[in-house]
Amino acid sequence: MALRIASPTGAVLVVLVAACDGPQSALDVAGDGATRIADLFWGMAAGAAVIWIGVVGLAVYATRVRPGEHSGRTAKLLLIGGGVVFPTIVLTGLLSYGLLLIPELREPSDGRLIVSVTGEQWWWRVRYETADGRTVELANELRLPVGEAVEVRLESRDVIHAFWVPSLAGKIDMVPGRVTRLSLKPTRTGEFRGACAEYCGESHALMAFPVAVMEPAAFAAWLEDQHALAAPPSTPETERGARLFMAMGCGSCHAVRGTAAAGTIGPDLTHIGGRASLGAGILVNDVDAFARWIAETDHVKPGVRMPAFGMLAESDLRALGQYLESLQ
Amino acid sequence: MSAEDEAIRRDQEERLLQAWKTPTGWRYWSEVNNTQVGLWYMAAAFSFFLFAGVLALLIRVQLAFPDNDFLSADKYNQVFTLHGSVMMFLFAVPIFEAFSIYVLPQMLGSRDLPFPRLSAYGFWCFVIGGVFVCGSIFFDAAPKGGWFMYPPLTTRFQEGLGADIWLLGLSFIEVASIAAAVELIVGILKCRPPGMRINLMPLYAWYVLVVGAMILFAFPPLIAGDLLFELERMLDWPFFDPSRGGDPILWQHLFWIFGHPEVYIIFLPSVALVAMMVPTLARTPIVGYSWIVLAAVGTGFLSFGLWVHHMFTTGLPGISLGFFSAASVAVAIPTGVQIFCFLATLVAGRVARTVPMLFVSGALAIFVLGGLTGVMVAIAPFDFQAHDTYFVVAHLHYVLIGGMLFPVFAGIAYFYPLVGGKMLSPRLGRIAFWLMFVGFNVAFLPMHFTGLRGMPRRVFTYPEGLGFDGLNLISTVGAFILAAGVLVFAWDVVRPKGRQPYGPRNPWNAGTLEWLAEVPPDKPWGVRSVPVIESRYPLWEQPDLVRNVDAGRYYIPDAEERKRETLVTSVLDAEPEECLRLPGPTYLTIAAAASTGGVFIFSTFHWWWAAAVSGLLGLATILVWLWTGTALVPEKPWKDVGMELELPLYRSGPESVGWWAMFITMLGDSTAFASLVFGYFFYWTVHDDFPPEGAGPDLAWPAVAAVCILGSWLLTLGARSWNREGRGTAFTVALGVAVVLAVAGAAALLIAPAGLDPTSHVYPAIVWVLMIWAALHVGLGVVMQGYVLARRWAGRLTAEYDIDIRNVALYWHFAAATAGVTVAVVAGFPLVG
Repeated sequence: MALRIASPTGAVLVVLVAACDGPQSALDVAGDGATRIADLFWGMAAGAAVIWIGVVGLAVYATRVRPGEHSGRTAKLLLIGGGVVFPTIVLTGLLSYGLLLIPELREPSDGRLIVSVTGEQWWWRVRYETADGRTVELANELRLPVGEAVEVRLESRDVIHAFWVPSLAGKIDMVPGRVTRLSLKPTRTGEFRGACAEYCGESHALMAFPVAVMEPAAFAAWLEDQHALAAPPSTPETERGARLFMAMGCGSCHAVRGTAAAGTIGPDLTHIGGRASLGAGILVNDVDAFARWIAETDHVKPGVRMPAFGMLAESDLRALGQYLESLQ
Repeated sequence: MSAEDEAIRRDQEERLLQAWKTPTGWRYWSEVNNTQVGLWYMAAAFSFFLFAGVLALLIRVQLAFPDNDFLSADKYNQVFTLHGSVMMFLFAVPIFEAFSIYVLPQMLGSRDLPFPRLSAYGFWCFVIGGVFVCGSIFFDAAPKGGWFMYPPLTTRFQEGLGADIWLLGLSFIEVASIAAAVELIVGILKCRPPGMRINLMPLYAWYVLVVGAMILFAFPPLIAGDLLFELERMLDWPFFDPSRGGDPILWQHLFWIFGHPEVYIIFLPSVALVAMMVPTLARTPIVGYSWIVLAAVGTGFLSFGLWVHHMFTTGLPGISLGFFSAASVAVAIPTGVQIFCFLATLVAGRVARTVPMLFVSGALAIFVLGGLTGVMVAIAPFDFQAHDTYFVVAHLHYVLIGGMLFPVFAGIAYFYPLVGGKMLSPRLGRIAFWLMFVGFNVAFLPMHFTGLRGMPRRVFTYPEGLGFDGLNLISTVGAFILAAGVLVFAWDVVRPKGRQPYGPRNPWNAGTLEWLAEVPPDKPWGVRSVPVIESRYPLWEQPDLVRNVDAGRYYIPDAEERKRETLVTSVLDAEPEECLRLPGPTYLTIAAAASTGGVFIFSTFHWWWAAAVSGLLGLATILVWLWTGTALVPEKPWKDVGMELELPLYRSGPESVGWWAMFITMLGDSTAFASLVFGYFFYWTVHDDFPPEGAGPDLAWPAVAAVCILGSWLLTLGARSWNREGRGTAFTVALGVAVVLAVAGAAALLIAPAGLDPTSHVYPAIVWVLMIWAALHVGLGVVMQGYVLARRWAGRLTAEYDIDIRNVALYWHFAAATAGVTVAVVAGFPLVG
């Protein structure tokens, strides 16, 4: 056996750690806020386990081990000590720690990079605004430079959503008519996942987004690329796809910067081929997925506002997919 | 006992039996006695529990595997919404009211609650509303906004009638809940046995008192919220629409001002059950009676100051987070005190191993963990992660199943002999317990990790590979084991027990009065005679009590007039005050419930004419009910109630139960009104331009309304005095003028905002709501004024027998205050603001 587990405690720890990792785990941390909260959680969990064992142990003792009568004085002492004194001390300490943590978690960023995210049923409109005043609109993906505090401004166009990247920080609601804020400071590079946490209707479950934390240089290069106009089609197949895209009226909802497509209802597709996923974090980004999404949109994401183009021939769908995939 | 005594006793029992006989055949359903109504109520609430449990299993099947398509997204959303709503509104709260209606009179050595027909009305409302809400899922029309129904999703972004069914169906049930709360509070305050001073009450009564008061202050904000919500859905008044000055966060405040106390409204009665069982099962009086009472009151009080912890992630300022975080943590202390009172009692006593004790122990193990995770989520920073995830799903099920379901099952096992005189099977009970306990933990313990690994709640599916797969499958397996345990228990409850012998009387050797119940339980009178109480555990500490009660040596051992009667005593010291005549079986309650239900149900479908007709029928039915069944002039003023005591058969004012019921009802009503006023000022706090410059209404009409309503109120008070002095003409003229003034006042309230378009902006909308609310109260006051005029004309209201006018005057205090505050806010505030 390659892996030997030394003790039952060790076994429990292995299971616990295995039960905590994942790209969307609040305990598999990659950001300042998430680290603070995870530490808080582990501390509270340990305390809770001790208290639980104490209380239940006492009940077992009283009902099973020594069910005989004890003096009224013992009982009264137990009531005052266990019911009043002990919790008051523990809770005061815990609360003070929690309250001190709030300002730290709400600390504003230096404001060099502002990302505005607008929740819509069921996708994310993302706008990057750099210190030099340039902005660019993207969708359904978040990339951040490691080690830098980024301000995220959150809004909603329709219902209440909540913006949540568990590995980086806690969540904040996106409330129509209000702007809420969150500061994210990633501490390590990697691929993570965010999701809508507030129930927002039929396809609430299908509103997620990939998050990439990058080295600052790579991030800067990526952001510069996002400002660029869409790459023109370079093969006959993608050219056909581009023509279909315009002919089917996709441009009335979607923008592809550098073409006549300038719709603002749906996500900006200028660089969709370079994103890590399709349909707000629910499909892998490849030609087949594009074809499937376009042909059976309402099946992939029930209730979605985009109409399905199931009437298109398989070859047309593939051409569209090729074209969109080429928009790197 | 001599043969002569024996003969007297037999005659008394014969007469009592005639008075309290339960109707047979199809007339059975016209019964209003608390024993029958309580049983029906419990059976109905349990049926809804099983229904919602099946919905839970559907949820678990769908989530067993990633990308599962057992349920569609839309169906899943209906299922989870209904699961939560039914468990909360149709099981958790009603089961407590049902059981209290059933057992409270017994615990208080009383024959019935003071308003049996009100209990029956509440029950029928509950059944009609509940079937309506649950039935919607079979027509694919169920609500699908989650049990807290956040707008604007539910106001503008979901098609169908689901939200209306939720709002109207559940509002209707909330009204029934409030009715039951009024009944229970008055019952505890006024229908205790002589000598049972307030510090001798069984703990259960204390808890019901606290919870009744909480219902009174917690449900009305939700009803006010429902009203705003429904006005937005039906008439496009923009209370929650930010594009026209509304704010979706207002709903969250109103909902959680209800929603958080609701958790304690569910939890405290179950603690009360434990407080009754633990001393019996540990064979010793409770340790720390006054601690537990203070802790219960403290929990109830604090629970109104925590609602914002459901809104920690809405982007509130740090100071609010800090305040509500502290309050949420603080509530753990009184909760802990209660738990340690039980632990201390177990330590002090000698514990018997029984099925109820098993369930109580399981409840403790589960609830303590739920409480600990509750402290965790009360710490705002941790809540930023845990909120709206499966961690919270796990937490709330630990709290509710440990804090409510297990104690209720313990209670069923413990109190079951009261119903049929037979015991449940200890073997089946133990099997059920272990299946439930193991199944529950297998289902819900992993959910803490599912949530921390990032699974949001209310998702109909999840992709594989995020680490949710295995944990969800385990949860599903656990849910089915839990369901198997519930089924075993349910079978034990309903299985035919014809051949099983009766258990002993007071089988657990308990110390409180409900265990006076006779075996076999074929005596519908509740208690043979109403005893004098001198201790907290009378069956333990008052020798010969049972024998004397059975021999009819205490109060009202007889029913000479063959009428249902019970004793009314004073609020604090339980001095006998009145021999209260109770109404008997009637179909009026069913008719009233059906017609008031019609108003809500027809409105859902926008069948306005049907709703209006149903409303008028309802009003007429209630008036007939009041006319024929309340404030009846007795055939003689005094009655010998035994033990050489004569008591009046009629009391009015603060000594009467009716006055208290009116007072308590109007406290709840005022809370709903205060919630609407809160809405007005909430908009003022979130908008710089509220109220908008020069938006009206002007001062003139509101001032006219205020003067008219003030006049009508003063004349009503005058009429009350003149009636007492026997000045019939002055009474009639005063009330006649009062009616005219009140009608004019209500009209002026509605004319005042006539130029404002409530769909244009939230300001005119909230002004209209306040004005309509006040006008409706004045309008109802007019109906009451007319009613007492008619009562006096018919000789049913006299100088001596004046309950009606005194209660109407009490109502008018509240109606006039409502109108006054409305005018001050609507017309006065823009001048100073």
